[in-house]
Amino acid sequence: MPEAIVDRKKEQDLLVVKPIAIFSGWKGFKINWSNYSGLWAIFAFLGLWELLPRIGVVDPVYLPTFSETFKTLILGILSGQILVDAGVSSLRALGGFALAMVVAVPLGFLMGRYSQFEKYTDLLIQTLRNTSTFALFPIFLLLFGLGETSKIAIIFYAASWHILINTINGVKNVDPLFIKAAKSMGATDKDLFHKVILPASIPSIVSGARLGAKISFMVVIAAEMIGAKSGLGFYIQSSQYNFFIPQMYAGVLALAILGVIINYALVWFESKATYWKGELDQSIFG
Amino acid sequence: MAEKVSVENVNKKFRLKKSQQINDNGNLTNEILVLDNVDLKVKPGEFLVVVGPSGCGKSVLLDIIGGLTKPTTGKVFHDNLEVVGPNLKTGYVFQQYALFPWRTALSNIEFGLETRGVPEEERTKIGKDLLSVFGLSGFADRFPYQLSGGMQQRVAIARSLATDPDLLLMDEPFAALDAQTREILQNQLLKIWDQKRTTVIFVTHGLEEAVFLADRVVVMTARPGKIKQIIEIDLPRPRGEDIRASVEFAINKEKVWTVLKEEVNKAQKDWELAPGFSR
Ligand SMILES: Nc1ncnc2c1ncn2[C@@H]1O[C@H](COP(=O)(O)OP(=O)(O)O)[C@@H](O)[C@H]1O
Ligand SMILES: [Mg+2]
Repeated sequence: MPEAIVDRKKEQDLLVVKPIAIFSGWKGFKINWSNYSGLWAIFAFLGLWELLPRIGVVDPVYLPTFSETFKTLILGILSGQILVDAGVSSLRALGGFALAMVVAVPLGFLMGRYSQFEKYTDLLIQTLRNTSTFALFPIFLLLFGLGETSKIAIIFYAASWHILINTINGVKNVDPLFIKAAKSMGATDKDLFHKVILPASIPSIVSGARLGAKISFMVVIAAEMIGAKSGLGFYIQSSQYNFFIPQMYAGVLALAILGVIINYALVWFESKATYWKGELDQSIFG
Repeated sequence: MAEKVSVENVNKKFRLKKSQQINDNGNLTNEILVLDNVDLKVKPGEFLVVVGPSGCGKSVLLDIIGGLTKPTTGKVFHDNLEVVGPNLKTGYVFQQYALFPWRTALSNIEFGLETRGVPEEERTKIGKDLLSVFGLSGFADRFPYQLSGGMQQRVAIARSLATDPDLLLMDEPFAALDAQTREILQNQLLKIWDQKRTTVIFVTHGLEEAVFLADRVVVMTARPGKIKQIIEIDLPRPRGEDIRASVEFAINKEKVWTVLKEEVNKAQKDWELAPGFSR
């Protein structure tokens, strides 16, 4: 006589549930040296950059040494020029990105919630999304002129897609079990939206926002290279045009540093916004 | 009428997509009959356990009683009122806990109170009291991922009790837990039930669990689910851990197994005949 009728699926559930369910919340500020191992490659890269122009493998006129570039960067920062341009670029990126969030998140909720809406718009969205943003630059310039509007508009356009798609997916992939549980506890449609669908889709929206922010930053530089009188993109482009080669490299270096800072800020923000998810233990899942 | 819940001639059919035809005794169809004329009366304060082969419609039956799914034909009454939607007097506990991962243990428990507009102070008080009943006082601010499976299910049970339901539906609530935790939770559940005497309908796969908890065990047939037999469990209450080792316990287990065995075998044959199904 068997104790119980054992269900295969349930045995699997047991296996899956256990490792995650153990306390793994507070990690503290442990220093994880593996995080720093990436620095060696950076040092090697900078070392090569210093060496190659010095020993004449590349012409220092076209590639000044790292130390010279870095000096130019510091001077540029001290003179305020690079700071102003970096600030201008950041503001533009932020403006376009914020606008994209304001428009794409609510739209994504509508499209995720009402499948009819998505049915009619899906093809249009797929077409637009798969058309290179850069190819659309001339159109935006034509429509919105050379001022700030065209740049904000193109950033808005480029950043919206990931935010929109991730919001739609977030809303559509809310676990039906959560909906069922909420309904069983008397949740109205309004409760369902505020207390279940919204929080459940936050992780997906936030990771869409992170991609959108990255794209905003890339697009702003490209837009400034094509038509602008300020910003890091303009700084790099005009330095090259005027043959201020160290300044050009200093601009690129500034851009790289800013990019890294922004990326870490976004990762940090994402982990804050999804604090309730916990981290998967890398030793188990890595 | 004396019944807490009355299930009357309930049928449930699901219509699958055109492409998902199944072979029903030689007929190709995309309608599957899941519940076939189910009639069931549940007494107030009763602990009713439902067993049956996998896929026989136990969860669907609970959903219908809880107002989360409509029957195709037939009716369900709860305190003589027809069930037409989720009922504020019904609590539901799911196998996969279904805790909201973005809420702490305490605020998960408060969910049903929030939707009923209970003021915050009172919510917190009810929530904290329940946490202490389940021995989880120190875990009020933990998120579900920070709790073990057993703790999560205790929070889920506490959550279903927060609104003081007079009917508790439990769908294999302990199935995903390890054997020890499961027994501990069974004992805990009975202790609380002995005090509250809430009417409980409890679905399980476990024979031992069924006999330990139940006043009556309902055995369902393989799909389409019908009620095959209802078996009285004549074990004294309150039931403690030691009862599991008694001769009476074994006799009751045997009674249920004798009835259930046939259906389990039938369900297994069903699997073997199903086209395109490979192990
Ligand atoms: N929403 C649905 N659509 C189609 N079929 C369903 C649906 N829900 C359940 N079923 C089918 O009904 C049958 C009974 O399901 P269920 O009540 O979950 O079984 P169990 O007795 O194991 O709880 C199963 O064959 C399942 O595939
Ligand atoms: Mg089930």
